[in-house]
Amino acid sequence: MFYREAGQFKTSYQADQALFPILQDRIGMVVILAIAFVAIPLLANDFFLTSIMIPFLIFALAAIGLNILTGFCGQLSLGTGAFMGVGAYAAYKLTSIFPDANIILMVLLSGVFSAAIGAVFGLPSLRIKGLYLAVTTLAAQFFLEWCFIRIPWLYNYNASGAIEVPRREVFGLVASGAEATPIVRYFIVLGITVLITWLMANVLRGRIGRSWMMIRDMDIAAELMGIRPLRTKLMAFAVSSYICGVAGAMMVFFWLNAAEPSSYSIRLSFQILFMVILGGLGSLGGAFLGAAFIWILPVALKFVPGLLGMDIAAETVEHATFMTVGALIIFFLIVEPHGFARLWQIAKQKLRVWPFPY
Amino acid sequence: MNAFAIETDPAPSDQTVIVERDLLLSVDNVSLAFGGVKAITDISFNIEKGEIRAIIGPNGAGKTSMLNVINGFYHPQEGTITWQGKVRRKMKPYEAASQGIARTFQNVALFTGMTTLDNIMSGRSLKMHRNFFWQLLWRGPAEREEIEHRRKVEDIIDFLEIQAIRKTPVGKLPYGLQKRVELGRALAMEPELLLLDEPMAGMNLEEKEDMSRFILDVNREFGTTIALIEHDMGVVMDLSDRVVVLDYGKKIADGPPEEVQASQDVIDAYLGVSH
Repeated sequence: MFYREAGQFKTSYQADQALFPILQDRIGMVVILAIAFVAIPLLANDFFLTSIMIPFLIFALAAIGLNILTGFCGQLSLGTGAFMGVGAYAAYKLTSIFPDANIILMVLLSGVFSAAIGAVFGLPSLRIKGLYLAVTTLAAQFFLEWCFIRIPWLYNYNASGAIEVPRREVFGLVASGAEATPIVRYFIVLGITVLITWLMANVLRGRIGRSWMMIRDMDIAAELMGIRPLRTKLMAFAVSSYICGVAGAMMVFFWLNAAEPSSYSIRLSFQILFMVILGGLGSLGGAFLGAAFIWILPVALKFVPGLLGMDIAAETVEHATFMTVGALIIFFLIVEPHGFARLWQIAKQKLRVWPFPY
Repeated sequence: MNAFAIETDPAPSDQTVIVERDLLLSVDNVSLAFGGVKAITDISFNIEKGEIRAIIGPNGAGKTSMLNVINGFYHPQEGTITWQGKVRRKMKPYEAASQGIARTFQNVALFTGMTTLDNIMSGRSLKMHRNFFWQLLWRGPAEREEIEHRRKVEDIIDFLEIQAIRKTPVGKLPYGLQKRVELGRALAMEPELLLLDEPMAGMNLEEKEDMSRFILDVNREFGTTIALIEHDMGVVMDLSDRVVVLDYGKKIADGPPEEVQASQDVIDAYLGVSH
């Protein structure tokens, strides 16, 4: 009823292959983009931008990166945090070496370094699969974290051992450093996230996206159809790490202002992995939903007691939040092991046939 | 020359015409062993261009191993394979694919997370060349290429009569249709040689008839050479031009269906024989 595609005929393959072949989806996407680009900047305060929207978008982008590798190509990785760190340190070094270059360009370029490193650590994937591969990516996580601590060149021999983001301007606006306004940062993060999401949606519906999914679903059949396993897997590793690298660079430049090696620890890897699993493996939209759940929900929950007029100590709220989020994760995984993306699919189907049950 | 001579001059069509076909593939003295287990022992046979060649034999005779050798998944310890006149020793499966060998599997090996359309499109992978950066943009060359191949795929979908399940994830399809999609995926590669590993296993009579019709149509309309493994003897004898029979990794008969049917060795292999 609300979501019926009846009467929307396609007369060309071009129209049939569009990203959003159904009118309702197109309207929905325009509304979401309008909210993101117009409504939020107009209405949101600095706290909402800095503590909710900017990290949400960065995590969503990282989740898309991991989703390319795990959800679409079927290669489990626990090195996400380290690959994000590579992006952050690369962007920091790049902007130290070329202070006058556009910082957005440097952030986008930093992903190239994590792509290269990701591809190197993807080499074992030719031989090993599943949990065993996860262990080798775990080695990447520990090795790279060690590098961030032990190679002082990476943080410009800073006494604190951390990278502190210098002030950089883009088109006359302060984009990074302590003086940068949340609104400028928000637009940069939003722009990069939307751009990369759109580019990835394109790749995923074409030949290369299909070759990743072929490897994921049945690697032997894929090989017998002419897919080169190593090349395809390494490409997935490289693309995934590129996106994670850009997300990691944005994390320090447009959100945290400073980062130390522990910012990119195994904790971050798991956080992104949970976002991907909760959101739904193999779904771009699911990455956003998963990131929203893991990042926004705890922040929002902290305000619930205050809104209800309950006077509870801050630590108690903190613990209650942990417990609630944990319980909700278990609840949602039992309800739908395939994540929010599948829940949304089911909801769409229900809306389609409403008011009838099927 | 008198009139009689012209009348009695035997026209070539009077005799049984033996169609001279070019050899597409020739397997010579191939042996394959897994440790002490000899899967294939010293087998030689050939496949001619344009024929339907059946490989039959009791369970464990080495039929699937033979197919795996042909498309490069197993590497035989001895013997050679001559493909289109070129001898090859070792070959990766994707090289076999790029040289025009396609196959279906005994246990359906579809890409279960993808739709019917995407599964068949995946058969076009080798023929699509737009690189990553064009794919990123989609608009322009990548999209045009996709549409061009989509047309070919839609032809196959029409041919196999599976229009209605175009956008259905293949994991949700019944078994008979999955087999049909798998055939479509192999056809999308426009292969020279199509290897079918038990295309009719587990099908009912009607589905078998459909599948037989598709196999014959593929052979006649597209001129695709087909090598098939099948246990349904009725199907094998009706479809195939020549049959090779394996038993315990050895070749026990090779020839036209009637000849193979009459062979005492084949009867013994299938029915067992008292020693």
